[in-house]
Amino acid sequence: MPQVNFVAADGSITTCSAEVGDTVMQTAMANDIDGIVAECGGSMMCATCHCYVDEAWQDQTGPRADGEDDLLDCASSEVRPTSRLSCQIRLTPALDGLVVHLPDSQQ
Amino acid sequence: MIATAEMIEGHRRIAPPHGAPVWDVDPYDEAILCSPQDYYSELRRLGEVVYIPKYSVLAVGRYQVTHTVFSDYEHFVSSRGVGLDDFKLSRPWRQPSIILEADPPDHTKTRKVMARALSPKSVKMLEALFVQVAETLVDEVIARGTIDAIPELAERFPVTVFPRAVGMKDVDTRYLVDYGAMVFNAGGPDNAIRRRAMQSAGVIVPWITAACARNRLEAQGLGAMIYRAADAGEITVEEAAMLVRSFLSAGVDTTVTGIGNALWCFSQFPDQWEKLKADPGLLRPAFEEVLRLTSPVHTFARTANCDTTIAGVPVEADSKILCVLGAANLDPDKWPDPERFDIERRPVGHMAFGAGIHGCVGQNLARGELQALLGMMLKKVDRIEPAGQAVWRPNNGIHALNALPLRIIPK
Ligand code: HEM
Ligand code: FES
Repeated sequence: MPQVNFVAADGSITTCSAEVGDTVMQTAMANDIDGIVAECGGSMMCATCHCYVDEAWQDQTGPRADGEDDLLDCASSEVRPTSRLSCQIRLTPALDGLVVHLPDSQQ
Repeated sequence: MIATAEMIEGHRRIAPPHGAPVWDVDPYDEAILCSPQDYYSELRRLGEVVYIPKYSVLAVGRYQVTHTVFSDYEHFVSSRGVGLDDFKLSRPWRQPSIILEADPPDHTKTRKVMARALSPKSVKMLEALFVQVAETLVDEVIARGTIDAIPELAERFPVTVFPRAVGMKDVDTRYLVDYGAMVFNAGGPDNAIRRRAMQSAGVIVPWITAACARNRLEAQGLGAMIYRAADAGEITVEEAAMLVRSFLSAGVDTTVTGIGNALWCFSQFPDQWEKLKADPGLLRPAFEEVLRLTSPVHTFARTANCDTTIAGVPVEADSKILCVLGAANLDPDKWPDPERFDIERRPVGHMAFGAGIHGCVGQNLARGELQALLGMMLKKVDRIEPAGQAVWRPNNGIHALNALPLRIIPK
């Protein structure tokens, strides 16, 4: 079971156990992480699941999905090179220990 | 060619799969369409996947399996139609949609263009229009006091704002509403409801096609955005016209239903209206709960494109599978106390907008409309009370009200 660390905008860290094959967004929802809204449930329509992948994990999480850039453009917080939609990051055993930072607002 | 005796409702008859319970029910019976809750719960109780001999189809209604089948576009395709007709074996009633009724890689291309036009940012630009129209309509219904909320709010709001959002020069609100009813009824069997809805197809379909042409659209609007994608070479001009048609197919009846069902929920559960008044920040999650509880689109189908399985049950190629979104949205294994309308539930993952690659591309617009209208009511309306019997309307794809008498009591 991979662990995912969510770092809230205030710096507090919540560590959650996730299922391989689930997305980071689904893990956040299953654990009531406040900083992710995920209004569209993962259909890549809402940009309210925005997160910043910790730089140490950027290679492992891979590039943005097709169409992800268009939607990140609608995110309510600043978009950085590390910005991703958490519904587009699928967990593998290699992502055990993943660190993602949450923006201060999603809507 | 398949002999007609082997066909039923536009698709190939299948043998009852080994291990699937057989249920002698007509999911498109008018009484069930108007009041589907018992049908939903029996479908879930019977098993993961159920065989329905009446139409020789499979049906799923438990949350997990419905979600899985609905999003597994490799085995369960949309290109053969998302209703009972199998477009591979029978003639579609209209030229198939190039987004809803398409699979990757064709779908990927058209979806990207539509998703951009309907992005959160693009909908945000429509907010001022939505709020302005909402204010006028809410003031009017307050002045009247007692209303039938279906024609006076649920229909009027979208038919006023939506053609303007798209930038349509020709507006016939009756045709727009009736076309939506046609599209969704067409997904069902050849029953009396479908035949009634199809009666005016000969007039409305050509009208719709003409209204989607580039010279019938204002330069500022969602329709023009789609044509600009054609200018950029992403799609052809013919494809652009087809995508504009998708706005008109899927964007009116659905939001009419979303608004009607929302007003019904708050009139039935006044404590939730009080809660919302106390905390207007719950408006968006409240709409998600309306959608979960009432599933405006109750059923869409998929077609098995190869021999496969659902939850261990063998499924032969060509099988039609009814994905009963309404049943999945009320599954007690997923949603504790599912029949309760609870605006604090935050039902992320509900299936009212579908799931996966076909998940509703118009959902931001639907939310934007709802937020403007309900937000205005929150400002101006103290209570929403039933003023008579709410009546549901049978439709093969949509669970909507026919009449909703309400008393609107201002602040
Ligand atoms: C409350 C309102 C709405 C509901 C409940 C709703 C429901 C749905 C559902 C369940 C699907 C999935 C279909 C499938 O997977 O086969 C869908 C797809 C779609 N919706 Fe909506 N919808 C709504 C509003 C809208 C609006 C306002 C528009 C247009 C502006 C729209 C356009 C579409 C289109 C084009 C698709 C096909 C997307 C694709 O296949 O990629 N919908 N909708
Ligand atoms: S959950 Fe909506 S874009 Fe990720």
